[in-house]
Amino acid sequence: MSAVKKRHPTFVVGKYAALAFYLIFALFPLYWLLKIAITPDALIYSEGTRLFPSEVTLLNFTTVVFQTDFLAYFRNSLVVSLGAAFFTTLFAAGAGYAFSRFVFKGKRIIIALMLVTQMFPLLMIIAPIYKIVAELGLLNSLTSLIVVYTAFNIPFATFLMQSFFDGIPKDLEDAAMMDGCSRFQALRKVVFPLTLPGLGATLGFVFTAAWSELLFALMLISKNDAMTFPVGLLTFVSKFSVDWGQMMAAGVLALIPSCLFFIFIQRYLVQGLTSGAVKG
Amino acid sequence: MIARTPKTVRPGETRARRSLYLQYMIEPFFYLSPAIVLIGAVIMFPLIIGISYSFQSIELLKPFASGWIGFENYVDLWSDRKFWIAMENTLFWTFWSITFQFLLGLGLAMLLNTHFFGKKLFQALVFLPWAVPTFLSALTWAWLFNPVIGPLPHWMAALGILSEPYNILGDPDLAMWGPIIANVWFGVPFFAITLLAALQSIPGELYEAAEVDGASPWQTFTKITLPFLAPMIAITVMLRTIWIANFADLIFVMTGGGPANSTQILSTYIFTTAFRKLDFGYASTIAVALLVILLIYAIILLWLRKKLVKI
Repeated sequence: MSAVKKRHPTFVVGKYAALAFYLIFALFPLYWLLKIAITPDALIYSEGTRLFPSEVTLLNFTTVVFQTDFLAYFRNSLVVSLGAAFFTTLFAAGAGYAFSRFVFKGKRIIIALMLVTQMFPLLMIIAPIYKIVAELGLLNSLTSLIVVYTAFNIPFATFLMQSFFDGIPKDLEDAAMMDGCSRFQALRKVVFPLTLPGLGATLGFVFTAAWSELLFALMLISKNDAMTFPVGLLTFVSKFSVDWGQMMAAGVLALIPSCLFFIFIQRYLVQGLTSGAVKG
Repeated sequence: MIARTPKTVRPGETRARRSLYLQYMIEPFFYLSPAIVLIGAVIMFPLIIGISYSFQSIELLKPFASGWIGFENYVDLWSDRKFWIAMENTLFWTFWSITFQFLLGLGLAMLLNTHFFGKKLFQALVFLPWAVPTFLSALTWAWLFNPVIGPLPHWMAALGILSEPYNILGDPDLAMWGPIIANVWFGVPFFAITLLAALQSIPGELYEAAEVDGASPWQTFTKITLPFLAPMIAITVMLRTIWIANFADLIFVMTGGGPANSTQILSTYIFTTAFRKLDFGYASTIAVALLVILLIYAIILLWLRKKLVKI
Protein backbone atom coordinates (compact mmCIF):
# COMPACT_ATOMS: atom_id res chain seq x y z
CA MET A 1 0.00 0.00 0.00
CA SER A 2 2.92 2.29 0.67
CA ALA A 3 3.05 4.55 -2.34
CA VAL A 4 5.24 2.50 -4.67
CA LYS A 5 4.58 4.53 -7.77
CA LYS A 6 7.68 5.69 -9.46
CA ARG A 7 10.34 3.11 -8.86
CA HIS A 8 13.60 2.69 -10.65
CA PRO A 9 13.43 0.19 -13.56
CA THR A 10 16.11 -2.02 -12.00
CA PHE A 11 13.93 -2.24 -8.93
CA VAL A 12 11.02 -3.52 -11.02
CA VAL A 13 13.23 -6.03 -12.81
CA GLY A 14 14.62 -7.18 -9.49
CA LYS A 15 11.15 -7.61 -8.08
CA TYR A 16 9.98 -9.79 -10.95
CA ALA A 17 13.19 -11.78 -10.84
CA ALA A 18 12.51 -12.42 -7.15
CA LEU A 19 8.93 -13.46 -7.91
CA ALA A 20 10.19 -15.88 -10.54
CA PHE A 21 12.77 -17.29 -8.13
CA TYR A 22 10.16 -18.03 -5.48
CA LEU A 23 7.81 -19.56 -8.02
CA ILE A 24 10.46 -21.87 -9.48
CA PHE A 25 11.81 -22.81 -6.06
CA ALA A 26 8.30 -23.73 -4.87
CA LEU A 27 7.13 -25.59 -7.94
CA PHE A 28 10.20 -27.23 -9.44
CA PRO A 29 10.36 -30.24 -7.05
CA LEU A 30 6.68 -30.94 -7.61
CA TYR A 31 7.13 -30.59 -11.34
CA TRP A 32 9.97 -33.10 -11.24
CA LEU A 33 7.82 -35.55 -9.28
CA LEU A 34 5.15 -35.33 -11.94
CA LYS A 35 7.69 -35.49 -14.76
CA ILE A 36 9.25 -38.76 -13.63
CA ALA A 37 5.78 -40.18 -12.95
CA ILE A 38 4.71 -39.65 -16.56
CA THR A 39 8.03 -40.69 -18.15
CA PRO A 40 7.96 -44.20 -19.66
CA ASP A 41 10.21 -46.66 -17.81
CA ALA A 42 12.50 -47.11 -20.79
CA LEU A 43 13.36 -43.41 -20.90
CA ILE A 44 13.88 -42.74 -17.18
CA TYR A 45 17.62 -43.33 -17.24
CA SER A 46 18.42 -42.16 -20.77
CA GLU A 47 16.54 -38.90 -20.25
CA GLY A 48 17.27 -38.68 -16.53
CA THR A 49 18.00 -34.99 -16.43
CA ARG A 50 16.02 -33.64 -19.36
CA LEU A 51 13.45 -31.07 -18.38
CA PHE A 52 10.73 -32.58 -20.58
CA PRO A 53 10.36 -36.25 -21.45
CA SER A 54 10.14 -36.97 -25.19
CA GLU A 55 7.28 -39.37 -24.55
CA VAL A 56 4.51 -39.32 -21.99
CA THR A 57 2.65 -42.24 -20.42
CA LEU A 58 0.05 -42.85 -17.73
CA LEU A 59 1.12 -46.47 -17.37
CA ASN A 60 2.83 -45.84 -14.02
CA PHE A 61 -0.41 -44.57 -12.55
CA THR A 62 -2.50 -47.49 -13.75
CA THR A 63 0.11 -49.96 -12.51
CA VAL A 64 0.21 -48.32 -9.10
CA VAL A 65 -3.55 -48.24 -8.77
CA PHE A 66 -4.38 -51.68 -10.09
CA GLN A 67 -1.35 -53.86 -9.41
CA THR A 68 -0.04 -52.71 -6.05
CA ASP A 69 -1.49 -52.30 -2.57
CA PHE A 70 -1.66 -48.55 -2.90
CA LEU A 71 -5.41 -48.45 -3.22
CA ALA A 72 -5.64 -50.16 0.16
CA TYR A 73 -3.09 -47.73 1.66
CA PHE A 74 -5.05 -44.89 0.19
CA ARG A 75 -8.25 -46.17 1.77
CA ASN A 76 -6.58 -46.68 5.16
CA SER A 77 -5.17 -43.17 5.08
CA LEU A 78 -8.53 -41.76 4.12
CA VAL A 79 -10.26 -43.57 7.00
CA VAL A 80 -7.64 -42.43 9.50
CA SER A 81 -7.47 -38.83 8.30
CA LEU A 82 -11.22 -38.35 8.01
CA GLY A 83 -11.79 -40.04 11.38
CA ALA A 84 -9.17 -37.92 13.10
CA ALA A 85 -10.41 -34.76 11.38
CA PHE A 86 -14.01 -35.43 12.39
CA PHE A 87 -13.37 -36.21 16.06
CA THR A 88 -10.76 -33.48 16.48
CA THR A 89 -13.07 -30.86 15.04
CA LEU A 90 -15.96 -32.05 17.20
CA PHE A 91 -13.97 -32.01 20.45
CA ALA A 92 -12.00 -28.88 19.57
CA ALA A 93 -15.22 -27.03 18.77
CA GLY A 94 -16.50 -27.88 22.24
CA ALA A 95 -13.27 -26.86 23.94
CA GLY A 96 -12.90 -23.72 21.81
CA TYR A 97 -16.46 -22.74 22.66
CA ALA A 98 -15.80 -23.17 26.36
CA PHE A 99 -12.65 -21.01 26.15
CA SER A 100 -14.42 -18.37 24.11
CA ARG A 101 -17.61 -18.00 26.14
CA PHE A 102 -16.89 -18.90 29.73
CA VAL A 103 -14.73 -17.66 32.53
CA PHE A 104 -14.20 -20.51 34.92
CA LYS A 105 -11.83 -21.98 37.50
CA GLY A 106 -8.94 -23.85 35.96
CA LYS A 107 -9.21 -22.20 32.56
CA ARG A 108 -5.70 -20.82 32.65
CA ILE A 109 -4.21 -24.12 33.75
CA ILE A 110 -5.95 -25.98 30.95
CA ILE A 111 -4.84 -23.46 28.35
CA ALA A 112 -1.28 -23.63 29.68
CA LEU A 113 -1.34 -27.44 29.52
CA MET A 114 -2.54 -27.30 25.93
CA LEU A 115 0.26 -24.89 25.05
CA VAL A 116 2.79 -27.21 26.68
CA THR A 117 1.65 -30.07 24.45
CA GLN A 118 2.58 -27.89 21.49
CA MET A 119 6.08 -27.35 22.80
CA PHE A 120 7.55 -30.65 23.87
CA PRO A 121 8.75 -33.24 21.39
CA LEU A 122 5.83 -35.58 20.74
CA LEU A 123 8.41 -38.21 19.81
CA MET A 124 9.06 -38.35 23.55
CA ILE A 125 5.92 -40.36 24.04
CA ILE A 126 6.37 -42.71 21.12
CA ALA A 127 7.73 -45.51 23.31
CA PRO A 128 5.05 -45.31 26.03
CA ILE A 129 2.32 -44.99 23.40
CA TYR A 130 3.61 -48.11 21.67
CA LYS A 131 3.57 -50.09 24.92
CA ILE A 132 0.11 -48.87 25.90
CA VAL A 133 -1.32 -49.60 22.46
CA ALA A 134 0.35 -53.02 22.44
CA GLU A 135 -1.06 -53.87 25.86
CA LEU A 136 -4.53 -52.87 24.68
CA GLY A 137 -4.04 -55.19 21.71
CA LEU A 138 -4.56 -52.34 19.28
CA LEU A 139 -1.33 -52.56 17.29
CA ASN A 140 -1.99 -52.60 13.56
CA SER A 141 -5.44 -51.12 14.00
CA LEU A 142 -6.57 -47.89 12.42
CA THR A 143 -8.50 -47.04 15.59
CA SER A 144 -5.31 -46.50 17.57
CA LEU A 145 -4.04 -44.10 14.91
CA ILE A 146 -7.31 -42.16 14.90
CA VAL A 147 -7.23 -41.79 18.69
CA VAL A 148 -3.58 -40.72 18.74
CA TYR A 149 -3.94 -38.20 15.91
CA THR A 150 -7.11 -36.78 17.42
CA ALA A 151 -5.38 -36.13 20.73
CA PHE A 152 -2.29 -34.61 19.05
CA ASN A 153 -4.32 -32.18 16.98
CA ILE A 154 -6.86 -31.09 19.59
CA PRO A 155 -4.75 -28.31 21.16
CA PHE A 156 -4.03 -26.45 17.94
CA ALA A 157 -7.56 -27.03 16.63
CA THR A 158 -8.98 -25.74 19.90
CA PHE A 159 -7.10 -22.45 19.62
CA LEU A 160 -8.19 -22.15 16.00
CA MET A 161 -11.85 -22.79 16.86
CA GLN A 162 -11.63 -20.39 19.78
CA SER A 163 -10.53 -17.62 17.43
CA PHE A 164 -13.48 -18.39 15.16
CA PHE A 165 -15.93 -18.35 18.08
CA ASP A 166 -14.40 -15.10 19.31
CA GLY A 167 -15.33 -13.62 15.94
CA ILE A 168 -19.02 -14.38 16.45
CA PRO A 169 -20.78 -11.77 18.58
CA LYS A 170 -21.98 -13.16 21.86
CA ASP A 171 -25.11 -11.02 21.59
CA LEU A 172 -26.50 -13.33 18.93
CA GLU A 173 -26.69 -16.27 21.32
CA ASP A 174 -27.87 -14.06 24.14
CA ALA A 175 -30.71 -12.82 22.00
CA ALA A 176 -31.67 -16.37 21.07
CA MET A 177 -31.56 -17.46 24.68
CA MET A 178 -33.60 -14.49 25.74
CA ASP A 179 -36.19 -15.63 23.24
CA GLY A 180 -36.43 -18.90 25.08
CA CYS A 181 -33.82 -21.10 23.42
CA SER A 182 -31.68 -23.28 25.63
CA ARG A 183 -27.96 -22.77 25.21
CA PHE A 184 -27.78 -25.91 23.16
CA GLN A 185 -30.56 -24.76 20.85
CA ALA A 186 -28.90 -21.39 20.49
CA LEU A 187 -25.70 -23.18 19.60
CA ARG A 188 -27.34 -25.36 17.03
CA LYS A 189 -29.51 -22.75 15.37
CA VAL A 190 -27.44 -19.58 15.63
CA VAL A 191 -23.79 -20.31 16.29
CA PHE A 192 -23.33 -23.50 14.27
CA PRO A 193 -24.26 -22.04 10.87
CA LEU A 194 -21.94 -19.09 11.48
CA THR A 195 -19.05 -21.35 12.47
CA LEU A 196 -19.24 -23.53 9.37
CA PRO A 197 -16.21 -21.88 7.71
CA GLY A 198 -14.21 -22.32 10.92
CA LEU A 199 -15.26 -25.95 11.20
CA GLY A 200 -14.29 -26.48 7.57
CA ALA A 201 -10.87 -24.92 8.08
CA THR A 202 -10.21 -27.01 11.18
CA LEU A 203 -11.28 -30.17 9.36
CA GLY A 204 -8.87 -29.30 6.56
CA PHE A 205 -5.94 -28.63 8.89
CA VAL A 206 -6.35 -31.84 10.81
CA PHE A 207 -6.93 -33.86 7.67
CA THR A 208 -3.67 -32.69 6.09
CA ALA A 209 -1.76 -33.19 9.34
CA ALA A 210 -3.07 -36.74 9.76
CA TRP A 211 -2.55 -37.51 6.08
CA SER A 212 1.16 -36.78 6.30
CA GLU A 213 1.99 -38.19 9.74
CA LEU A 214 4.66 -40.84 9.37
CA LEU A 215 6.59 -41.72 12.51
CA PHE A 216 3.77 -42.84 14.80
CA ALA A 217 2.15 -44.74 11.96
CA LEU A 218 5.47 -46.46 11.28
CA MET A 219 5.73 -47.47 14.92
CA LEU A 220 2.16 -48.63 15.43
CA ILE A 221 1.48 -50.28 12.09
CA SER A 222 3.54 -53.14 10.72
CA LYS A 223 0.98 -55.28 8.90
CA ASN A 224 0.63 -54.55 5.23
CA ASP A 225 -3.17 -54.38 5.19
CA ALA A 226 -3.35 -51.69 7.88
CA MET A 227 -0.64 -49.43 6.47
CA THR A 228 -1.38 -45.81 5.80
CA PHE A 229 -0.08 -44.12 2.69
CA PRO A 230 3.19 -42.72 4.12
CA VAL A 231 4.12 -46.05 5.69
CA GLY A 232 3.17 -47.92 2.55
CA LEU A 233 5.16 -45.62 0.30
CA LEU A 234 8.21 -45.80 2.54
CA THR A 235 8.19 -49.61 2.66
CA PHE A 236 7.64 -49.57 -1.08
CA VAL A 237 10.73 -47.38 -1.45
CA SER A 238 12.91 -49.65 0.64
CA LYS A 239 11.57 -52.81 -0.99
CA PHE A 240 11.66 -51.93 -4.66
CA SER A 241 14.02 -48.99 -4.85
CA VAL A 242 14.41 -49.30 -8.59
CA ASP A 243 10.91 -48.60 -9.79
CA TRP A 244 11.15 -44.81 -9.86
CA GLY A 245 8.20 -44.19 -12.14
CA GLN A 246 5.77 -46.11 -9.97
CA MET A 247 7.02 -44.55 -6.76
CA MET A 248 6.63 -41.07 -8.10
CA ALA A 249 3.22 -41.89 -9.51
CA ALA A 250 2.24 -43.04 -6.01
CA GLY A 251 3.71 -39.80 -4.67
CA VAL A 252 1.61 -37.73 -7.05
CA LEU A 253 -1.48 -39.64 -5.94
CA ALA A 254 -0.63 -38.94 -2.28
CA LEU A 255 -0.38 -35.27 -3.11
CA ILE A 256 -3.90 -34.96 -4.51
CA PRO A 257 -6.00 -35.04 -1.30
CA SER A 258 -3.66 -32.64 0.51
CA CYS A 259 -3.71 -30.20 -2.37
CA LEU A 260 -7.49 -30.31 -2.62
CA PHE A 261 -7.81 -29.55 1.07
CA PHE A 262 -5.12 -26.91 0.82
CA ILE A 263 -6.95 -25.04 -1.93
CA PHE A 264 -10.03 -25.24 0.25
CA ILE A 265 -8.40 -23.95 3.44
CA GLN A 266 -5.98 -21.50 1.82
CA ARG A 267 -8.34 -18.60 2.43
CA TYR A 268 -8.80 -19.38 6.10
CA LEU A 269 -5.12 -20.07 6.55
CA VAL A 270 -4.20 -16.44 6.11
CA GLN A 271 -7.33 -15.30 7.95
CA GLY A 272 -6.81 -17.65 10.90
CA LEU A 273 -3.15 -16.81 11.31
CA THR A 274 -3.83 -13.13 10.88
CA SER A 275 -6.40 -13.06 13.64
CA GLY A 276 -4.00 -15.03 15.80
CA ALA A 277 -1.25 -12.55 15.01
CA VAL A 278 -3.34 -9.51 15.79
CA LYS A 279 -4.23 -10.88 19.18
CA GLY A 280 -0.60 -11.67 19.84
CA MET B 1 -14.97 -14.35 38.33
CA ILE B 2 -18.20 -13.70 36.58
CA ALA B 3 -20.19 -15.64 39.14
CA ARG B 4 -19.65 -12.91 41.71
CA THR B 5 -20.82 -10.10 39.48
CA PRO B 6 -24.55 -10.54 38.92
CA LYS B 7 -24.58 -7.74 36.36
CA THR B 8 -23.32 -10.01 33.62
CA VAL B 9 -25.93 -12.69 34.22
CA ARG B 10 -28.04 -12.79 31.14
CA PRO B 11 -31.85 -12.79 31.28
CA GLY B 12 -32.38 -16.16 29.63
CA GLU B 13 -30.41 -17.91 32.29
CA THR B 14 -32.29 -16.55 35.25
CA ARG B 15 -35.52 -17.56 33.60
CA ALA B 16 -34.19 -21.06 33.23
CA ARG B 17 -33.56 -20.95 36.99
CA ARG B 18 -30.28 -22.75 36.85
CA SER B 19 -27.92 -22.22 39.69
CA LEU B 20 -25.16 -19.81 38.81
CA TYR B 21 -22.60 -22.18 40.19
CA LEU B 22 -23.69 -24.90 37.84
CA GLN B 23 -23.85 -22.42 35.00
CA TYR B 24 -20.36 -21.06 35.29
CA MET B 25 -18.28 -23.69 37.00
CA ILE B 26 -19.62 -26.94 35.63
CA GLU B 27 -21.02 -26.16 32.21
CA PRO B 28 -17.74 -25.29 30.47
CA PHE B 29 -16.37 -28.66 31.52
CA PHE B 30 -19.24 -30.30 29.73
CA TYR B 31 -17.83 -28.87 26.49
CA LEU B 32 -14.22 -29.38 27.48
CA SER B 33 -14.25 -32.88 28.89
CA PRO B 34 -13.68 -34.91 25.70
CA ALA B 35 -10.67 -32.76 24.82
CA ILE B 36 -9.27 -32.92 28.37
CA VAL B 37 -9.78 -36.67 28.69
CA LEU B 38 -8.05 -37.36 25.37
CA ILE B 39 -5.12 -35.04 26.00
CA GLY B 40 -4.73 -36.49 29.47
CA ALA B 41 -4.88 -40.11 28.33
CA VAL B 42 -2.90 -39.86 25.10
CA ILE B 43 -0.35 -37.13 25.84
CA MET B 44 0.02 -36.33 29.54
CA PHE B 45 -0.17 -39.86 30.93
CA PRO B 46 2.31 -41.31 28.39
CA LEU B 47 4.57 -38.32 29.04
CA ILE B 48 4.84 -39.23 32.72
CA ILE B 49 5.28 -42.90 31.85
CA GLY B 50 7.96 -41.87 29.34
CA ILE B 51 9.92 -39.97 31.98
CA SER B 52 9.72 -43.00 34.24
CA TYR B 53 11.04 -45.17 31.36
CA SER B 54 14.25 -43.17 31.37
CA PHE B 55 15.05 -44.66 34.78
CA GLN B 56 14.32 -48.22 33.65
CA SER B 57 15.79 -50.77 31.34
CA ILE B 58 13.10 -51.54 28.80
CA GLU B 59 14.32 -53.33 25.73
CA LEU B 60 11.69 -55.29 23.86
CA LEU B 61 14.42 -57.52 22.46
CA LYS B 62 15.62 -58.39 26.00
CA PRO B 63 12.37 -58.83 27.94
CA PHE B 64 14.02 -60.43 30.98
CA ALA B 65 16.53 -57.67 31.60
CA SER B 66 13.91 -55.06 32.38
CA GLY B 67 13.64 -53.20 35.67
CA TRP B 68 14.53 -50.02 37.51
CA ILE B 69 18.13 -49.00 37.07
CA GLY B 70 18.23 -45.50 38.51
CA PHE B 71 20.41 -43.08 36.60
CA GLU B 72 22.28 -45.72 34.62
CA ASN B 73 20.72 -44.59 31.31
CA TYR B 74 21.82 -41.03 31.99
CA VAL B 75 25.35 -42.14 32.80
CA ASP B 76 25.40 -44.04 29.50
CA LEU B 77 24.06 -40.99 27.71
CA TRP B 78 26.82 -38.80 29.10
CA SER B 79 29.50 -41.04 27.61
CA ASP B 80 27.59 -41.77 24.39
CA ARG B 81 29.55 -40.21 21.55
CA LYS B 82 26.54 -40.50 19.23
CA PHE B 83 24.50 -38.37 21.60
CA TRP B 84 27.01 -35.51 21.49
CA ILE B 85 27.29 -35.75 17.69
CA ALA B 86 23.50 -35.63 17.50
CA MET B 87 23.49 -32.59 19.77
CA GLU B 88 25.94 -30.76 17.52
CA ASN B 89 23.96 -31.78 14.44
CA THR B 90 20.73 -30.56 16.04
CA LEU B 91 22.27 -27.11 16.48
CA PHE B 92 23.57 -27.04 12.91
CA TRP B 93 20.28 -28.28 11.45
CA THR B 94 18.12 -25.91 13.49
CA PHE B 95 20.29 -22.84 13.01
CA TRP B 96 20.64 -23.04 9.22
CA SER B 97 17.07 -24.17 8.66
CA ILE B 98 15.65 -21.30 10.67
CA THR B 99 18.03 -18.72 9.19
CA PHE B 100 17.18 -19.51 5.58
CA GLN B 101 13.48 -20.02 6.29
CA PHE B 102 13.32 -16.67 8.00
CA LEU B 103 15.27 -14.69 5.39
CA LEU B 104 13.44 -16.19 2.43
CA GLY B 105 10.11 -15.97 4.27
CA LEU B 106 10.68 -12.29 5.02
CA GLY B 107 11.53 -11.63 1.37
CA LEU B 108 8.41 -13.43 0.20
CA ALA B 109 6.22 -11.60 2.71
CA MET B 110 7.56 -8.25 1.55
CA LEU B 111 6.91 -9.18 -2.08
CA LEU B 112 3.38 -10.26 -1.24
CA ASN B 113 2.83 -6.96 0.51
CA THR B 114 3.22 -5.11 -2.81
CA HIS B 115 0.93 -5.07 -5.83
CA PHE B 116 1.55 -7.10 -8.95
CA PHE B 117 -0.36 -8.92 -11.62
CA GLY B 118 -1.66 -12.38 -10.70
CA LYS B 119 -0.87 -12.03 -7.01
CA LYS B 120 -3.61 -14.37 -5.77
CA LEU B 121 -2.51 -17.22 -8.01
CA PHE B 122 1.14 -16.54 -7.17
CA GLN B 123 0.38 -16.72 -3.46
CA ALA B 124 -1.50 -20.00 -3.79
CA LEU B 125 1.36 -21.52 -5.80
CA VAL B 126 4.25 -20.42 -3.60
CA PHE B 127 2.40 -21.61 -0.48
CA LEU B 128 1.87 -25.03 -2.05
CA PRO B 129 5.00 -26.68 -0.55
CA TRP B 130 3.42 -26.32 2.86
CA ALA B 131 0.54 -28.55 1.76
CA VAL B 132 2.84 -31.30 0.56
CA PRO B 133 2.89 -34.12 3.13
CA THR B 134 6.29 -34.10 4.86
CA PHE B 135 7.18 -37.68 3.96
CA LEU B 136 6.56 -36.78 0.33
CA SER B 137 8.66 -33.60 0.51
CA ALA B 138 11.43 -35.74 1.93
CA LEU B 139 11.15 -38.38 -0.80
CA THR B 140 10.91 -35.77 -3.55
CA TRP B 141 14.06 -34.00 -2.41
CA ALA B 142 15.89 -37.28 -1.88
CA TRP B 143 15.05 -38.10 -5.49
CA LEU B 144 16.14 -34.68 -6.71
CA PHE B 145 19.53 -35.21 -5.09
CA ASN B 146 19.90 -38.65 -6.67
CA PRO B 147 22.13 -38.37 -9.75
CA VAL B 148 20.30 -41.21 -11.47
CA ILE B 149 16.94 -39.47 -11.75
CA GLY B 150 17.47 -36.01 -10.26
CA PRO B 151 18.94 -32.97 -11.98
CA LEU B 152 20.50 -31.28 -8.95
CA PRO B 153 23.84 -33.15 -8.80
CA HIS B 154 24.40 -32.46 -12.50
CA TRP B 155 23.63 -28.79 -12.10
CA MET B 156 25.86 -28.48 -9.06
CA ALA B 157 28.66 -30.22 -10.93
CA ALA B 158 28.18 -27.88 -13.90
CA LEU B 159 28.38 -24.88 -11.56
CA GLY B 160 31.54 -26.26 -10.02
CA ILE B 161 30.04 -26.80 -6.56
CA LEU B 162 30.63 -30.54 -6.86
CA SER B 163 33.63 -32.11 -8.58
CA GLU B 164 31.38 -34.69 -10.22
CA PRO B 165 27.63 -35.36 -10.08
CA TYR B 166 27.27 -37.55 -7.00
CA ASN B 167 24.61 -37.78 -4.30
CA ILE B 168 25.37 -35.30 -1.53
CA LEU B 169 23.12 -37.30 0.81
CA GLY B 170 25.85 -39.95 0.80
CA ASP B 171 28.65 -37.53 1.63
CA PRO B 172 29.15 -37.11 5.40
CA ASP B 173 30.45 -33.57 4.91
CA LEU B 174 27.50 -32.31 2.89
CA ALA B 175 24.65 -34.68 3.73
CA MET B 176 23.03 -32.35 6.28
CA TRP B 177 22.44 -29.72 3.60
CA GLY B 178 20.00 -32.04 1.80
CA PRO B 179 17.41 -32.13 4.60
CA ILE B 180 18.09 -28.48 5.38
CA ILE B 181 17.22 -27.44 1.81
CA ALA B 182 14.09 -29.60 1.91
CA ASN B 183 13.17 -28.04 5.25
CA VAL B 184 13.67 -24.52 3.90
CA TRP B 185 11.50 -25.35 0.90
CA PHE B 186 8.80 -26.68 3.19
CA GLY B 187 9.00 -23.94 5.84
CA VAL B 188 9.25 -20.68 3.87
CA PRO B 189 5.46 -20.40 3.38
CA PHE B 190 4.85 -20.55 7.13
CA PHE B 191 7.20 -17.65 7.81
CA ALA B 192 5.83 -15.73 4.84
CA ILE B 193 2.25 -16.06 6.09
CA THR B 194 2.96 -14.97 9.65
CA LEU B 195 5.24 -12.11 8.60
CA LEU B 196 2.79 -10.98 5.93
CA ALA B 197 0.09 -10.70 8.58
CA ALA B 198 2.43 -8.59 10.71
CA LEU B 199 3.44 -6.42 7.74
CA GLN B 200 -0.17 -5.68 6.94
CA SER B 201 -0.75 -4.41 10.45
CA ILE B 202 1.86 -1.62 10.04
CA PRO B 203 -0.02 1.66 9.57
CA GLY B 204 0.40 2.98 6.02
CA GLU B 205 0.74 6.60 7.21
CA LEU B 206 4.19 5.81 8.58
CA TYR B 207 5.43 4.97 5.11
CA GLU B 208 3.80 8.08 3.64
CA ALA B 209 5.43 10.24 6.28
CA ALA B 210 8.79 8.60 5.59
CA GLU B 211 8.43 9.24 1.90
CA VAL B 212 7.53 12.89 2.48
CA ASP B 213 10.65 13.21 4.62
CA GLY B 214 12.71 11.74 1.78
CA ALA B 215 13.72 8.47 3.42
CA SER B 216 15.43 5.91 1.21
CA PRO B 217 13.85 2.44 0.83
CA TRP B 218 16.63 0.99 2.97
CA GLN B 219 15.97 3.54 5.70
CA THR B 220 12.26 2.85 5.58
CA PHE B 221 12.99 -0.85 5.93
CA THR B 222 15.37 -0.57 8.87
CA LYS B 223 13.63 2.29 10.68
CA ILE B 224 9.96 1.34 10.23
CA THR B 225 9.44 -2.18 8.93
CA LEU B 226 11.96 -4.06 11.06
CA PRO B 227 11.12 -2.41 14.42
CA PHE B 228 7.42 -3.07 13.82
CA LEU B 229 8.06 -6.69 12.89
CA ALA B 230 10.50 -7.34 15.73
CA PRO B 231 8.06 -8.73 18.33
CA MET B 232 6.43 -10.98 15.76
CA ILE B 233 9.81 -12.14 14.49
CA ALA B 234 10.96 -12.93 18.02
CA ILE B 235 7.94 -15.05 18.90
CA THR B 236 7.80 -16.84 15.54
CA VAL B 237 11.50 -17.64 15.51
CA MET B 238 11.34 -18.96 19.05
CA LEU B 239 8.36 -21.23 18.42
CA ARG B 240 9.74 -22.36 15.09
CA THR B 241 13.15 -23.17 16.56
CA ILE B 242 11.58 -25.55 19.03
CA TRP B 243 9.46 -27.07 16.29
CA ILE B 244 12.38 -27.58 13.90
CA ALA B 245 14.61 -29.03 16.61
CA ASN B 246 11.93 -31.67 17.14
CA PHE B 247 11.24 -32.25 13.48
CA ALA B 248 12.53 -35.70 12.59
CA ASP B 249 10.50 -36.75 9.54
CA LEU B 250 12.59 -35.15 6.80
CA ILE B 251 15.93 -36.43 8.04
CA PHE B 252 14.59 -39.86 8.89
CA VAL B 253 13.20 -40.36 5.39
CA MET B 254 16.04 -38.73 3.46
CA THR B 255 19.09 -40.14 5.20
CA GLY B 256 17.94 -42.14 8.22
CA GLY B 257 20.55 -40.26 10.24
CA GLY B 258 23.44 -41.47 8.09
CA PRO B 259 25.96 -41.57 6.55
CA ALA B 260 28.02 -42.34 9.65
CA ASN B 261 25.58 -40.40 11.87
CA SER B 262 26.45 -37.19 10.06
CA THR B 263 22.76 -36.21 9.88
CA GLN B 264 21.65 -37.77 13.15
CA ILE B 265 19.84 -35.15 15.23
CA LEU B 266 18.43 -35.77 18.69
CA SER B 267 14.88 -36.40 17.53
CA THR B 268 15.89 -38.89 14.85
CA TYR B 269 18.16 -40.54 17.41
CA ILE B 270 15.14 -40.94 19.71
CA PHE B 271 13.09 -42.41 16.91
CA THR B 272 15.69 -44.82 15.58
CA THR B 273 16.52 -45.99 19.11
CA ALA B 274 12.84 -46.71 19.77
CA PHE B 275 11.89 -47.95 16.33
CA ARG B 276 14.91 -49.94 15.20
CA LYS B 277 16.53 -51.04 18.45
CA LEU B 278 13.27 -51.17 20.42
CA ASP B 279 15.27 -49.82 23.38
CA PHE B 280 12.52 -47.76 24.99
CA GLY B 281 14.40 -46.92 28.16
CA TYR B 282 17.31 -45.30 26.36
CA ALA B 283 15.05 -43.60 23.79
CA SER B 284 13.14 -41.97 26.65
CA THR B 285 16.41 -40.88 28.24
CA ILE B 286 17.45 -39.04 25.06
CA ALA B 287 13.95 -37.57 24.90
CA VAL B 288 14.20 -36.21 28.44
CA ALA B 289 17.58 -34.70 27.58
CA LEU B 290 16.09 -33.01 24.50
CA LEU B 291 13.22 -31.71 26.60
CA VAL B 292 15.61 -30.22 29.14
CA ILE B 293 17.63 -28.53 26.38
CA LEU B 294 14.50 -27.03 24.86
CA LEU B 295 13.33 -25.85 28.27
CA ILE B 296 16.64 -24.12 28.94
CA TYR B 297 16.43 -22.50 25.52
CA ALA B 298 12.89 -21.25 26.16
CA ILE B 299 13.82 -19.87 29.57
CA ILE B 300 16.85 -18.01 28.17
CA LEU B 301 14.72 -16.57 25.39
CA LEU B 302 11.94 -15.44 27.70
CA TRP B 303 14.52 -13.89 30.00
CA LEU B 304 16.15 -12.06 27.08
CA ARG B 305 12.77 -10.84 25.91
CA LYS B 306 11.98 -9.47 29.34
CA LYS B 307 15.31 -7.64 29.42
CA LEU B 308 14.92 -6.21 25.94
CA VAL B 309 11.34 -5.09 26.49
CA LYS B 310 12.34 -3.12 29.60
CA ILE B 311 14.76 -1.02 27.55
